Amino acid sequence: MERPLTQHIDLRRPAFTLKEYEQAGGYAALKKAVKELTPKEVQQVVQDSNLKGRGGAGFNTGLKWSFVPMGDEARHPKYLIANADEMEPGTFKDRLLLEGNPHQLIEGMIIAAYAIQADISYIFLRWAYKKAAHLIRKALAEAYEAGYLGENILGSGWGLQMHLHTGVGRYMCGEETALLNALEGKRATPRSKPPFPQVSGLFGKPTVVNNVETFCCIPHIVSNGAEWFKGLSKSEDGGTKIYGVSGKVKRPGAWELPMGITMRELLEEHAGGMANGYQLRGVLPGGASTDFLTTEHMDIKLDFKSVAAAGSRLGTGTMIVMDDATCPVGFVHNLQHFFAQESCGWCTPCREGLPWVEKILLSIEKGEGREEDLDILSLHTKMLGPGNTYCALATGAMEPLQSALKYFREDFERHIHEKSCPWNGHEHR
Amino acid sequence: MLTQEEINAIDHEVKLLPHKKAAVIEALKIVQKERGWVSDASISEVAEYLDMSPAEVDSVATFYNLIFRKQVGRHVILLCDSISCYVMKYQEIYVALQQKLQIQFGETTTDQRFTLLPNACLGCCDHAPALMIDDDLYTDVTIEQLDELLKKYS
Ligand SMILES: Cc1cc2nc3c(=O)[nH]c(=O)nc-3n(C[C@H](O)[C@H](O)[C@H](O)COP(=O)(O)O)c2cc1C
Ligand code: SF4
Repeated sequence: MERPLTQHIDLRRPAFTLKEYEQAGGYAALKKAVKELTPKEVQQVVQDSNLKGRGGAGFNTGLKWSFVPMGDEARHPKYLIANADEMEPGTFKDRLLLEGNPHQLIEGMIIAAYAIQADISYIFLRWAYKKAAHLIRKALAEAYEAGYLGENILGSGWGLQMHLHTGVGRYMCGEETALLNALEGKRATPRSKPPFPQVSGLFGKPTVVNNVETFCCIPHIVSNGAEWFKGLSKSEDGGTKIYGVSGKVKRPGAWELPMGITMRELLEEHAGGMANGYQLRGVLPGGASTDFLTTEHMDIKLDFKSVAAAGSRLGTGTMIVMDDATCPVGFVHNLQHFFAQESCGWCTPCREGLPWVEKILLSIEKGEGREEDLDILSLHTKMLGPGNTYCALATGAMEPLQSALKYFREDFERHIHEKSCPWNGHEHR
Repeated sequence: MLTQEEINAIDHEVKLLPHKKAAVIEALKIVQKERGWVSDASISEVAEYLDMSPAEVDSVATFYNLIFRKQVGRHVILLCDSISCYVMKYQEIYVALQQKLQIQFGETTTDQRFTLLPNACLGCCDHAPALMIDDDLYTDVTIEQLDELLKKYS
């Protein structure tokens, strides 16, 4: 089984230096792209590979790039940004790629920048990733030194600057237009679309934002071709995927596997099944803002379409397991506490609705809930649902809530009828 | 007054950007690094240097949870309170820290040694529970380990 993204990642030894990376075949894809392919050809091979964005929304990456104005008429500087904000609760896949092999990200970004003829690029890294920041700084210096960054890259006449920007907190910085505002030194509130960032993004200039894992796929696609990349997958979405599992399983962790393996394979073969004495009740398949799946979904394929057909989203592909010793109401309350805290406050339904949802869940958890509270919660899943809020934070927040009300309704009702939490053990704030 | 080092560091950031104002987050980070936190006076100094109003600088400063607008202790403990750590019982770590340090989330010990804050997912969910003390990450944290950990920070 091929695992191109993690083949050189071994966290027990230091990440590859530029020299080691080159010896393992690194930066050959960049040379091929710049010397043998036109920017449009790079866009095309990425589009044909059916690489779908790994930040959660699953949009075709090559297609996303194709909306950037090209040619002499295009406005410059154009920007390219790696979204390394990774703050979706339960998600820890980009950390692996950043700490494991920073040159792979940098090479992918340079190729992507060439494809859209960008002039300036940023890695927007969350504050907490200190080790990654250190490694990226070192890798950037090496890449400049080797002439992969700077003026006239590999004699092409095209040049690229790349900077590391470290954040100062807030989940909203990961939302692509809010990220642009944060980079401009503003509050991280989202922007309305259109105009899309590809046309008017950072400082009003054409901009592409992609996830770290998305960029890490690029060198391999350019080296080996679109058909090879599609062949890695067990589904129609191209490539491999870094899947992760956290919670009370035997072996929590992250693994690069063919896109489209089943939930059962991931949970049983890779995560080793549930830890002794625990039963699985539900999983959030792709981070905190995805709908619950349950034991009845064990055989669905973990690709964008199949997970959507089962009523959830692949999201970030890092799943959180809820076991039978964990109270579903407490679990969902914890999620809504996070979303209410991280709401940027820009639009009313989210700013006012999420704290209300959080308070109701807390009162149910404490045994102070009323029958009608469940209707109020259901109402919120509609009022904060798609189309009613400015960005996807609120809709994402409603996904685990609406599915918890569907799959774990009896547990909510028991709290209300028994006037206490049947699990009781958990402290709540 | 901004120190010469602070000004040099801010100027370096401004040079990379199309206009001065865009460097405000960097400027706040620089000031916080030197002074530990961002006081009202610091807000005004940054505002003046970047040709902004203090209110505008503060609106940015208060948005970001890792810009400290209150004085913090010599060391800041960030305990992850997100979902994977919830499942792995970060609450027990919190209770133990409360007992050891005699402070709650948002408070600083009387000797100014530690400030304790909750933090959203630290991105190491396969090794929950997790916390950071200053720039150091600790994973698979146990209650038994806490004394040893805290000892490293004076
Ligand atoms: C509230 C919120 C937070 C987000 N956080 C991240 C993040 O940390 N990293 C990320 O890559 N995408 C994040 N996204 C998705 C981005 O908006 C965007 O879709 C993504 O970076 C595009 O990259 P891709 O096409 O390569 O997936 C977030 C979205 C929302 C609504
Ligand atoms: S949905 Fe929430 S996070 Fe998004 S713009 Fe509205 S208030 Fe901000």
